[in-house]
Amino acid sequence: MMMSIYTRRVWANRVGMAMSMVAMSLGLIGLMWILWTLFSKGFAALSPDLFIQDTPAPGSEGGGLRNAIVGSGLILLFSMLIATPVGIFAGIYLAEYGRISRFASFTRFMTDIMLSAPSIVIGLFIYAIFVARTGGFSGWAGSLALALIAIPVVVRTTENMLKLVPTSLREAAFAVGAPRWQVSLKVTLRAVKSGVVTGVLLAMARITGETAPLLFTALNNQFFSANMSEPMGNLPVVIYQFALSPYDNWVSLAWGGALLIALLVLAVNIGVRVAFRQKGKR
Amino acid sequence: MSEPSAPGGTDLHARQIVKFRMQDRFFHYTTQLFALVVLVALVGILVSLAIDAWPSLKAFGPSFLWTNVWSVPDGEFGALAAIYGTVVTSVLALVIAVPISFGIALFLTETCPLWLRRPLGTAVELLAGIPSIVYGIWGLFVFAPIFAEYVQPPLQDWLGDVPLIGSWFSGPPIGIGILAASLVLSMMVVPFIASVMRDVFETVPHVLKESAYGLGCTTWEVMRNIVLPYTRVGVIGGIMLGLGRALGETMAVTFVIGNANRIIPSLFAPGTSIASTLANEFGEADPGLHIASLFALGLVLFVITFIVLAISRWLISRSMGSEGL
Amino acid sequence: MPDQAPTNSKQAALLVRNLNFYYGDFKGLKNINMDIARNKVTAFIGPSGCGKSTLLRTFNRMYDLYPGQRAEGEIMFNGKNLLDRKQDVNLVRAKIGMVFQKPTPFPMTIYENIAFGVRLYERLSKSAMDDRVEWALKKAALWEEVKSKLQQSGLSLSGGQQQRLCIARAVAVKPEVVLLDEPTSALDPISTAKIEELIYELKNEYTIAIVTHNMQQAARISDFTAFMYLGELIEMGDTDQLFLKPRNKQTEDYITGRFG
Repeated sequence: MMMSIYTRRVWANRVGMAMSMVAMSLGLIGLMWILWTLFSKGFAALSPDLFIQDTPAPGSEGGGLRNAIVGSGLILLFSMLIATPVGIFAGIYLAEYGRISRFASFTRFMTDIMLSAPSIVIGLFIYAIFVARTGGFSGWAGSLALALIAIPVVVRTTENMLKLVPTSLREAAFAVGAPRWQVSLKVTLRAVKSGVVTGVLLAMARITGETAPLLFTALNNQFFSANMSEPMGNLPVVIYQFALSPYDNWVSLAWGGALLIALLVLAVNIGVRVAFRQKGKR
Repeated sequence: MSEPSAPGGTDLHARQIVKFRMQDRFFHYTTQLFALVVLVALVGILVSLAIDAWPSLKAFGPSFLWTNVWSVPDGEFGALAAIYGTVVTSVLALVIAVPISFGIALFLTETCPLWLRRPLGTAVELLAGIPSIVYGIWGLFVFAPIFAEYVQPPLQDWLGDVPLIGSWFSGPPIGIGILAASLVLSMMVVPFIASVMRDVFETVPHVLKESAYGLGCTTWEVMRNIVLPYTRVGVIGGIMLGLGRALGETMAVTFVIGNANRIIPSLFAPGTSIASTLANEFGEADPGLHIASLFALGLVLFVITFIVLAISRWLISRSMGSEGL
Repeated sequence: MPDQAPTNSKQAALLVRNLNFYYGDFKGLKNINMDIARNKVTAFIGPSGCGKSTLLRTFNRMYDLYPGQRAEGEIMFNGKNLLDRKQDVNLVRAKIGMVFQKPTPFPMTIYENIAFGVRLYERLSKSAMDDRVEWALKKAALWEEVKSKLQQSGLSLSGGQQQRLCIARAVAVKPEVVLLDEPTSALDPISTAKIEELIYELKNEYTIAIVTHNMQQAARISDFTAFMYLGELIEMGDTDQLFLKPRNKQTEDYITGRFG
């Protein structure tokens, strides 16, 4: 009798463990499958033309993504220029004053919600307060929308990094009579510099592929433009429009663009982890 | 206390001290101002969406939420079809994603050999990092055709004649539709749920697990009887986080849901979600009731996800300690 | 009644009167009265949790950083009450330096580690700053070891060197009092010996208060010793006298190792 109970338990365990391995393999298969598709279809579209030609007109042959690559680059650059200082200072606020102030805990909670808020709603918001008022779609609107998505990421990683600073280091800085702002900016922030940079990079990776918020803000532009006050071509929206188009060369360009974005995102994600691990070992 | 201050030092520093005090106050207010940005954005979203949705809210009233009509030519708008699609795809996605996420978290915290833990954990995080538009085009070009050819017909043969649930699998097997969207969505949310679960599982004190192992429990029993009850709150929080993600996901859904603004009670049929309706129609919407109704949809989506995410964050922070994630 | 240190107020750098300290509702220090003698080393001993570190941290108001912690009573320093709300904490801390249990070099170069504190309150020329850095490092007996690598990170030094760097940093701002909170507990015996030697040198110019869990250390380096237990000052007096002829039974039990 006892033996049979034991056998049943052992089998339950085996089944459970086997299921967990199946789940893990399903996850890995999903990752591999997506990456495989991306690489095989994306590499087929890779050519010098991709970087030196602009997006083609309907029905015309060939074409590239130059305008979209440059546009995405500009939009990303400006959104990170907005999000980085805002996010870092807000993160410092939460870390420095978060322990004592109810307002700070409330802000932290709301930031966490904003981390996962639907990005398309952020696009609507920027449309309502910016596009509709300034009279048109523009690169600036796109940058603003993406910055709003990136800010919470930077805030939370900055705060979490600052919290890792040993209290003794903070106290030591206060003990030489330094004012709070110098303790914060010159000692604790500097101690976690690499972690904060990581947060900024991850935030950039997060917004690189965001499509929904750009649909109603930067829109798209078939032609090359570096003017942030006009509608601006960008990779995600080009991928969205071209993938759903009837033209083979457009669909192929969409895959090429998707590969570029995914490569950038994966490179940042992996690079950040490798760099951190090496630091950890030292 | 009232004695005159000793000479030397003290007065030399006095001016510096006043300066420091002002700088610190400035620092406090500046950083606070930046922290306010997030709050202002949140309130701004609610207010601005409500203002722009007002014409629609006024015209249709609360019945906007349960009216199953979306007709641009007639100027009649109701959110039911979009809400139905959003909720059904998200819930189905969770039904699929939760067991898989649990399995992954279990594997990563208990069964996985140490040397594999890091690379596999990273792989899961990479899956979370892939932009949703990539999931979308993959779903449209790769997943949907395979799904239509190899999965839908057998499902139909197998379950199509079963009473009650048979009609869920009726209709032409064209790949895209509610079920395909749910499957792609579930792939997207698995990494989020799995990593929250892994994090909360790791908060279980080792002593607790060791004492259960000490009684002769198997890994599975320790998981079911010790770890899960201990981390229940955090696990539910993680699931809610995945739900919040799924509800608001745009691109992965838009490509594969079929974009039909009506309710067909079959999982194979095309449908729509709030986010995909917005993505499809907002760019070319007519001013007036149409655009206002789209804003109203956005408002509905934001309120629903806000509630779901608020509950989720509250649960997660409760289980991870008062400091939050 | 706790004993008073055998000093009068002219010779005392810090006069502690009726000091009570609270962590929220918990009373961490109970009615402490003592004088910390100028240019002498005063050691605080007692079992862990007795309040010796807490007492040290009231001297530079480090507890101010944490909500819920507060002190009542008087600590007179240069004729002013440190605990007075109007008293600026940064000023207190510039005059009363502190060195912690674990070395805490700032994430900057060795040179900057020392210049950072100096720059807060003094505007020195480049050469004057160089001189000050050299002076401080010499005071901390570290100069010979680091003079060729002042531009390297403070974190690149060994643990014992880092701790001496922290002492140099505390000394560089020319404080009147230096507080040492178990400064050698994270160090090896050789580094410990160097730091003890250093403390002996420094007392000519500074008033030193040191918390230690090591009774031999207290006996070796201090002029006065205070024994604390459960937040109270049990006995304070001349170090030799306290260790050889303690007046209190509890003190005797503790220093002879018969403590429960």
